[in-house]
Amino acid sequence: MAKKAQSTLPNMLVSLTAIALVAAAALAALNGMTKDPIAKAQEAKVKAAISAVMPAFDRLEDRDINGALCHLGYDAEGNFVGAAVEAGNDKGFGGHLQLMVGFDKEGQVSGYRILETHETPGLGAKADQWFQKGGKGDVIGTTPASNALSVKKDGGTVDAISGSTITSRAFLDVVNDAAKVFSSITL
Amino acid sequence: MKTKDIIKNGLIKENPTWVLVLGMCPTLATTTSAINGLSMGLATTFVLMMSNMVISLLKSVIPDKVRIPAFIVIIATFVTMVEMVMKAYLPALYDSLGLFIALIVVNCIVLGRAEAFASKNNVGQSFLDGLFMGLGFTWALTLLGMVRELLGTGCFFGHSLIGGADGMLMMILPPGGFLALGLLMALINHIRRRGVKKS
Amino acid sequence: MNLLNISGSPHVHSDESTKKIMWRVNLALVPALLVAIAYFGVNALLVSLISVVSCVLFQWLMEKFILKQPTTIWDGSAIVTGLLLAFNVPATAQMLWIVVIGALVAIGIGKMSFGGLGKNPFNPALVGRVFLLISFPVQMTTWPKVGAWFPTHLMTDANSGATPLGIIKEAVKNGQNISDVMASADMPSLMQIFLGHMGGSMGEISALAILIGAIYLLCRKVISWHIPVAFIGTAFIFSGILWLVNPEKFMDPTMTILTGGIMLGACFMATDMVTSPMAKSGQLIFGFGCGLLTVVIRNWGAYPEGVSFAILIMNSVTPLLNRWCKPKRFAC
Repeated sequence: MAKKAQSTLPNMLVSLTAIALVAAAALAALNGMTKDPIAKAQEAKVKAAISAVMPAFDRLEDRDINGALCHLGYDAEGNFVGAAVEAGNDKGFGGHLQLMVGFDKEGQVSGYRILETHETPGLGAKADQWFQKGGKGDVIGTTPASNALSVKKDGGTVDAISGSTITSRAFLDVVNDAAKVFSSITL
Repeated sequence: MKTKDIIKNGLIKENPTWVLVLGMCPTLATTTSAINGLSMGLATTFVLMMSNMVISLLKSVIPDKVRIPAFIVIIATFVTMVEMVMKAYLPALYDSLGLFIALIVVNCIVLGRAEAFASKNNVGQSFLDGLFMGLGFTWALTLLGMVRELLGTGCFFGHSLIGGADGMLMMILPPGGFLALGLLMALINHIRRRGVKKS
Repeated sequence: MNLLNISGSPHVHSDESTKKIMWRVNLALVPALLVAIAYFGVNALLVSLISVVSCVLFQWLMEKFILKQPTTIWDGSAIVTGLLLAFNVPATAQMLWIVVIGALVAIGIGKMSFGGLGKNPFNPALVGRVFLLISFPVQMTTWPKVGAWFPTHLMTDANSGATPLGIIKEAVKNGQNISDVMASADMPSLMQIFLGHMGGSMGEISALAILIGAIYLLCRKVISWHIPVAFIGTAFIFSGILWLVNPEKFMDPTMTILTGGIMLGACFMATDMVTSPMAKSGQLIFGFGCGLLTVVIRNWGAYPEGVSFAILIMNSVTPLLNRWCKPKRFAC
């Protein structure tokens, strides 16, 4: 076995510097290799979230309307096909609730995705499935801009999540707000 | 040290989770499902293997007084590599493991094996030790994840076994992690001791 | 109070006296059980029965096959745990199997994993209850309607009610004023609440029945007045202060102590000998903490009710209180 390096100042300096340099070089090289895939993966993630809630589109345009971020979708000919609106409120049981709500060009809800939630697991947190197509509180295809959504308890048409009326109200409020934002979009 | 002993130590006798009880933070935090536990275990295994190998290679040129910073730099390099590759090619997995990948740097097992094994043994043995310690960590995390996922959601590796059942939610929340870990540790050490007594 | 009765934890009682105490507690729980059956019918009886039987069975199995100890199921403590667990869940048909899981957690994790009666730091019934509350949030907050003696379908829950605390929490979250809610038809009157005509866990509804049991225990000197009085008193005073500050956002103090689990918790669960402090001064602090935490959790926490969490948190402080408030010795 080779003789162990002594803990003298030059030895320590040289060995640590060398290790750090090699590590930095290796990471820099790997960073160069993965930079593009990482950026692509990020972009794909945002795009996947938007296309999950919206009708098919070819081109996106981001716009800020009254403080809400809207992703406007256009088809290949440049016709407006719908938009995904990011909206939220603090009326959730656990606090802030942030959604991305998609609308087709007539203003019907085409899908939604929860971006931020602090609802109780097993109760309010069920909102990610509950209001989807085929879920018990299906809101897909409704037009909240002309017909505001509310839970049955408040005289509306939507089934609230069992045991989570507060979350359900907050959720529907966000969808209604998003619809308002959507109807104020001017092309 | 014999290869057989290295394998036995990593998987059972000195298993990082059940016996040494090291690296509890990722153990408890990432085992909400079997697949998360398995991925975390494999990521740690890769880091353990590579860092053990490199540290064993460099052990004679690293002066004693700066060995800890040197080890940490080496470990951090491999962790960052895992993180970048995962971010680029497995973004969904990266989203669910997130912060805990970066935290492999401070996982006690990795530095512990560097200090206790790699800095004293040859390259081949250190590599094997890293591999089997990592696999020991992996099977522990996968088992814990499986139990928690099964009880908490009624699923096995993401496939629902009982249609429509919700499961006991607590098991996939942090308190359930502690309960499952404690009960499994008791069971496994009970079995292990029985085996020791017999031989 | 007789200071000679105080002993250190783990409590070393002669077998005879542990047994006597536990059977007296069981007897004291009977009025509340009768009220539960009167208001919730067959389901209340079945849930209690299943809970008690499974607690006793699990304790027997664990002592016999895992710990390999002499079995102690006849000391009555598993029955107390079973009854209290049943008292802390809604009397619905779906609880019939869920309560079995609660019994396993209460006895297995809450009690036997620490070595059995006298060694457990937390009240076993509450451990089981909180496990169920977090694990099955929907089933644990689906309350049966009161007064349905024999539900038309035994195995389904046709009607569901709401607890006064739940109604108020939801209204406040929704921006309504409490006075409006109190006037609404869903809300039972104060007298109804005192007698138990309200939604809730099956054993907590009737303050009257619980007080009858508690007075019996006080007379028999199984419990002392310190914890219940400090608990209920603190909750009353603290919620009273909040109510005086803003009566539209906070519930009035009388309602506060009569709704939810404060009565049951203060009289039967916070007073558990194993998990509460030994010295009287420690017991007063213990009760104070329970009352304070309950009101804090009710008003600012995510759950409408906080008694179980409050008692469990104070259970964890008990060893410290025992150190801090040593009982006076006769000869020092």
